[in-house]
This record gives sequence, structure tokens and C-alpha cells, in this order.
Amino acid sequence: MNKYLSFFKIRLTNGLQYRGAAWAGVATQFVWGGMTLLMFRAFYQNGENSLPMTFPELSSYIWLQQGFLALYMAWYFDNDIFNSITSGNIAYELCRPIDLYAMWFVKNMAVRLSRAILRCFPILIVAVFLPKPFNISLPCTPVAGLMFIISLILGFLVLVAFSMLIYISVFYTLSSLGIRILTTSVVEFLGGAIIPLPFFPQKLQTLVMLLPFASMQNTPFQIYNGYIASSEILKSVLFQIIWLGILLKLGKLLMQQALKKVVVQGG
Amino acid sequence: MNLYWKYASIILRSQMQYKVSFIMSAVGQFLVSFTTFLGVYFMFSRFNSVKGFTFSEVLLCFAVILTSFSLAECFVRGFDAFSGIISNGEFDRIMVRPRNEILQVLASRIEFSRIGRLLQALVMFAYAIPASRVDWTFDKILTLIFMLAGGIIVFSGLFIIYASLCFFTIEGLEFMNIFTDGGREFGRYPFSVYGEGVLKFLTFVIPLALFQYYPFIYLIGKSDNTCYMFLPLVGMLFIIPCLIFWRIGVRHYQSTGS
Amino acid sequence: MIELKNINKTFKVAKRNAGLSEAVKALLRKEYSYIQALRDVSFTIKDGEMVGYIGPNGAGKSSTIKIMSGILTPDSGECSINGKTPWQERIAHVREIGVVFGQRSQLWWDVPVADSFELIKDIYKVDDTAFKRNLDELTELLDISEIIRTPARQLSLGQRMRCEIAASLLHSPKILFLDEPTIGLDAVSKIAVRKFIKTLNSERKTTVILTTHDMQDIEALTERILLIGKGKILLDGSLRELKKRNSSHKRLTVDFVGILAEAGKGMSFTENLDGHAEIVLDTEVISVSEAIAQISRQVEINDISVTGATAEEMVVSLYKEFEI
Repeated sequence: MNKYLSFFKIRLTNGLQYRGAAWAGVATQFVWGGMTLLMFRAFYQNGENSLPMTFPELSSYIWLQQGFLALYMAWYFDNDIFNSITSGNIAYELCRPIDLYAMWFVKNMAVRLSRAILRCFPILIVAVFLPKPFNISLPCTPVAGLMFIISLILGFLVLVAFSMLIYISVFYTLSSLGIRILTTSVVEFLGGAIIPLPFFPQKLQTLVMLLPFASMQNTPFQIYNGYIASSEILKSVLFQIIWLGILLKLGKLLMQQALKKVVVQGG
Repeated sequence: MNLYWKYASIILRSQMQYKVSFIMSAVGQFLVSFTTFLGVYFMFSRFNSVKGFTFSEVLLCFAVILTSFSLAECFVRGFDAFSGIISNGEFDRIMVRPRNEILQVLASRIEFSRIGRLLQALVMFAYAIPASRVDWTFDKILTLIFMLAGGIIVFSGLFIIYASLCFFTIEGLEFMNIFTDGGREFGRYPFSVYGEGVLKFLTFVIPLALFQYYPFIYLIGKSDNTCYMFLPLVGMLFIIPCLIFWRIGVRHYQSTGS
Repeated sequence: MIELKNINKTFKVAKRNAGLSEAVKALLRKEYSYIQALRDVSFTIKDGEMVGYIGPNGAGKSSTIKIMSGILTPDSGECSINGKTPWQERIAHVREIGVVFGQRSQLWWDVPVADSFELIKDIYKVDDTAFKRNLDELTELLDISEIIRTPARQLSLGQRMRCEIAASLLHSPKILFLDEPTIGLDAVSKIAVRKFIKTLNSERKTTVILTTHDMQDIEALTERILLIGKGKILLDGSLRELKKRNSSHKRLTVDFVGILAEAGKGMSFTENLDGHAEIVLDTEVISVSEAIAQISRQVEINDISVTGATAEEMVVSLYKEFEI
């Protein structure tokens, strides 16, 4: 456990070194969130009454999205991992006494977590003090707040577990290029990063909610802002746990298969 | 200019050495902008219009911004990748050659796979040009051409600023993405959608609205002001301060060497 | 004619301290330190000369080369190359110089070398006849006519370096800067490159300025060396003079049984391992026979030989002498 912790510490120190980048990142995401909200407001000004989300719900959603962007960014992949697989250097890694799946998992978590920790507080704090209805509201109930944190972590794990599948797939395709671009756009879109999932057409929405992508950022953010009713919270968190279990199991299984293949081929 | 095409031809030959990777990137570019398009489509399947603009009008606007962005990005990529060009010493090589640095930087990277994004833009044009119910007279066609040309120049200017900043710092450049990637992403809706303040900023500070909002409302007949047709040409002047800033950056590079 | 007079250059570097708490501090405040890269550097190089520019890493070699090629502006001092100030008339100046950066490539990775040459022809606006004549001559001298149809990525390091050198000479520059041209090359390629540089200098009368860590390059090529350390020119003279100055240095190679202590005035060990030692003697401090006597008191000598010190060793002792 200790080696994973020190790995995380290195990442965090590394991230802190680049203070300019950290501040610029915060400012960029802030403007991005603001512009997104202004766009939605323009649509809301039509005065239609069958709105999928209320505007305060939407505000909270967008700010959480910006604050925790680093946790759920779909475009981030660790190039070292891809390179070690395609170049065959993976053979060296296998000589070390570590569980490769766990190692990669933690590496990915560390990068995302260290970036998110640096950036989420300034964004969320400023967002609290924005004028209504553009501000982020507090969680609707204390229970929702607690469940939000649990669900935030679960969603994060689901995303990392999913991206592990992408790394593993490179054992078979030997080129990361196509699959990376494909997953980035699919995860972003079906995860609710482009527009929140409630804005999807009804039939599609029912289907999309069943996919693992909805269990990433969508679930925690919608718990926080009260879009997911308190009676439904347990159900959606349970859904996250199920997906996490499936993805972890699948990842480990495929990894085992892939490594067997590497050993047989001699790297 | 002749030299630029020579560079382009050598880069095209290089990229064709990796055909699979080229096609994959192009398909990826298409997909990414396609999901953005789907986002717009889903919004309009719930709402009829936004600030009085209909779906086909917004698509026209989206296509203009996507076309000019992807063309600018395709040909001015050298500036986008500039921090790498500095850190691997390529810029030193550029400096010891008897040609204008801008031309050499421009020509050193051309990303033909951006064609994927362009394709998405062309599909939208194909739908929106007839559907927007614009009466395509000569001045409307000219307006559209001005918009595209203005967009290419303004985005190129932004890329040049981005590159010039690399001379001073490699940190904090992420902020420029608000204007480049942000310009593309938020420019899919006419800028008036974001309110008066944003529109003013994008008119007088970073002149994205000069080739988007104003000529656009003239194009779709929401305004009769013929002046709006020529605003993209005014927007092109934006390139001048960008080039001056670049010169300052080169000076700085010569005095620090890093 | 290259003339540098009292060139000074200082760089400002941001301090980066290790540790998490230091990093947090750096978020708020940054500290800088100043490094004087060049102090009062002056020298003159005549047309057609070949000069070796040596010094340890970070001594200021590449800063000087950058100033002479117009990439860097000094804080003070004058530099005139063929009557032009490089950083003021960059474009006119660089037309007359060629630069080879040993560790970076100017060839396009994925296309045949000949295509890169064509592009360089257009960049320098070389006319067709001059280009053809030049290309024929260079491909013959460098023995690359067989390989210029191959993409650069498929070439060996030695082949690629020969192409790099050809690429830097297509526009017939009067001055050639070579920054570590033999780094990483195998023995055969090194010799080929050196032979070519020699021919270039003697036949085309091209002025050559060569930076290198390989003393064999210096020994094979240059009459004159410039030694720089900590930003200052420490020595400007011929290799022969340097050798004379160091004729008191001898090199002792010993094979022995036992353990040899690395001690003794005037003896510096460059190697001492498993019964084999290499020692540089300063004969003004200790005579050869005295040294052998000292050694034989400690160990049983199987074999011993005495030779004059190599250029490499002379430079090491120079570095020691100037404490750089």
C-alpha cells in the first residue's frame, strides 16, 4: 500500500511545481463552465415548461463537472503504458513483484486525483458565491451530500476501471490510436460531458442510463443536485457498484489472458 | 508561398507513410465533432429555437466556425505544436535558415488528418445551405466567403499568439484554449446567445464575433445592415497585433535562448 | 573572418526545490538565480582556419555557437562575422553559414534523404547548376550516393550523420559550425566524417568550428584549440604547444598481482581495477623510475609500459589545472 501512496505523493508534488498551469487550468475551466451555463440560459429563456432539469440543478451539475473534470476526463491516457505494451517493454514490468493491473489502476488514479485536488476547490468555492441562478447550491439534504461523496468515488473508479479495458485492448490491437479516439468521444458523449443525459431524447435516455458511462459522472452529480430523488439514490449507487464489479472482473480476466499471450510469445 | 507548397508536399508524403494512423485520426476528428453536432441536435429536439435562431440557422453558423477552425488548424498547426518545436531544438534550426521564421514554422507541421473535421463541416453545409432558407444571391455568397476567410485568419492569429507565448513560458498556455477550442465549441451558436457582455468582448477584444455573429445575421436576413457583410475583413486586422507579438517573442528568444 | 570581442551573457533560471512543502511555497513565490554563461569572451578566427572548441558540459560552448549563428543575442560585446553582426542581420548572415547539430536532425524522417535535400535547395534558393554540382561532389566525397533514396528513419546513425553534413553544405557556406558531429558514431563512420571535414577545409577553404568531447576528433583535425570553462576562454593555442606544455606527463600502464593503493605525489590514477591500472605521471614531481619503484614495493608487476599522455588525458589535466 505504501508504494502506491508514495506514487500519489510524487504526482501531487509534480503537479504543484507548475503553478502557472494550475491557475490557468482553473481559470479556463471557470470560463468554460460559465459559457456553458450562458448557452443553456439562452435555451431556457424560450419559456418552455417541460424542462428536463431546473436551472439551479443544471448550474450545480455544470460546476461539479468543471470542478471534478480531472477525475472524469475521458481523453487522458497514460502514454507510458501504451508504449510499454507496443514496444514489448512490458516484459520487464512482469519481472517485478507487483500486480500489474493494480499498479496501472493506481497510476491512473494518482494522475487524475492529484490534478482534481489542485483544481476543484478554487472552482467550487468561487462557484458558490456566483449570483443566482448561476451558482452551485449546497446538496439538497445531508444524506444526499454523503451519498454524493460515495457516488463520486464509485463513479471515478468505474471510469478508471473502464479505461483499464482500453489499455488492455492494446495487447490485442497493438496500436492505441483508433481505440483511444473512439472511446474518448463515446465516453464523453454517453457520460453526459457534452450535454447532461436528461437532455437526451426519452427512448435513448432509457437505454443510455443502463450503460456504464451513466454511472461515471452523471450519477454523483445528479445525486448532489437532487435530480435523482432520494428514494432512487440507493438504486443508482447500487448500479454503480454492479458496473464497477463487472468492469474490474472483466479487466482482470482480460489482463490475465493478455499476459499469458505475452509470456507465450516471449514479449 | 512556393516554398510552403514544397513543405506541404513533403509532409503529405511523410504522413502517407502511415496510412492507417492517418485514416484513424481523420475518423476520430469526424467523430468528435459529430458528437458535438448530436448535442446541438438533441437540444433542438427539445427546444424549437434559441434566441430566435432555428436549428438549420445554427447549423449554418456551426459549419462556418468548424470549417474555418479546421482549415486554420490544418495549415497553422506548426504554431499549435510550437512548445514542442522549441523544446526539441527545431526552432534553432529554423533560425539558422535564411527564410522568414513564420513561414518555416507554419510549414513545418501541417496536419492533413484535420480533413475529418472538415468533412463534418461539409455535411452540415450540405444540409444547412438549402434548409436555412437564405436566398443565395451574390452578396450572400460573398458574405459566406468573407466569414470563412475571416475565421481562418482570426483563428490563425490566435494560434500565433499561443505560439508566441511559448517564448515566455510553457506554463499556463491552457488558458488560450478558451479562445481557440472554446471559440470552436461555443461558436456553434451565434455569439449573441451568450449575452451582451460576451458579445462585446468577442467584438472588441478577441474579434471572433466579427466573422461570426454580425455577418451571420446579415446572411440569414435578420439584419439589413450591409456593413456587417464586411466586418470579417475588419476582423482580419487582428492578425497585425498577433504578428507584432510574435516578433517580440522571437526577440525574447534571442535574448534568453530558451 | 570571425571576431568576438568581450562577449558577455547571463541567464536567469527559476529555482526548483525538491519536496512537497517547497512546491507549495513555489505556488506563491518563485525564486530566480543568475548564471553567467559567458564572461568577456574574445577570439578571432581567420578565413579557412579549423578550430576545435572544447570544454566540459555547461562551460558555454553552445551559447557561443548560438551567438555566432545568430540565434542568441549577447548582453554586451561585439561579434562580427564576415563584416556582419549575426543577430542583427540574421537572414543575410545565415546564408553564409552551415550548422550541424550532432544530436538533432534536419532531415525529414519519413521521406528519402534526396527529398530533404531538394527542400533545403529551395529554402536556401540554390540555383540548379550549383546545386547539382554540389550534390554530386558531396555524395561522392561522403559516399552517400547509394543511400540518398532511402528514408532517413531507415539509415544507421553513421549514414545519417553523413547525410546531415551534406545537407548543411548544399548552399556552399563559407563557415561551418559542427556541434559534436561524431557523437555516438562507430569507429568507421568517425574516420569517414573526419576525413571529409579535413578535405572540405583544405579544398574548399571552408572555415570550420568544431565542438566535441572526443579528443581524437581534435587530434585528427585541428591545429588550434580554444578551451572554455565557466564561461571564460582559458586557453587559445595550438595542440602542439599544448603537447609541449604537457610533455612532462607520462602514462603508465601496469598489470600486477595484489592491491595497489591510489596514492603518491604526482601520480593520478585513471583506472585501477582487477590487477590493471592506468596512471598519469607528472615527471616534474616524480620520475618514472621512482614511480615504478613505488609500485613494485606494493605489488608484483607482471607487465608495465610507459607512453606519452594522449590528448584526452591532457585535457583532463587541463580541466584539473583550471578547476573546471
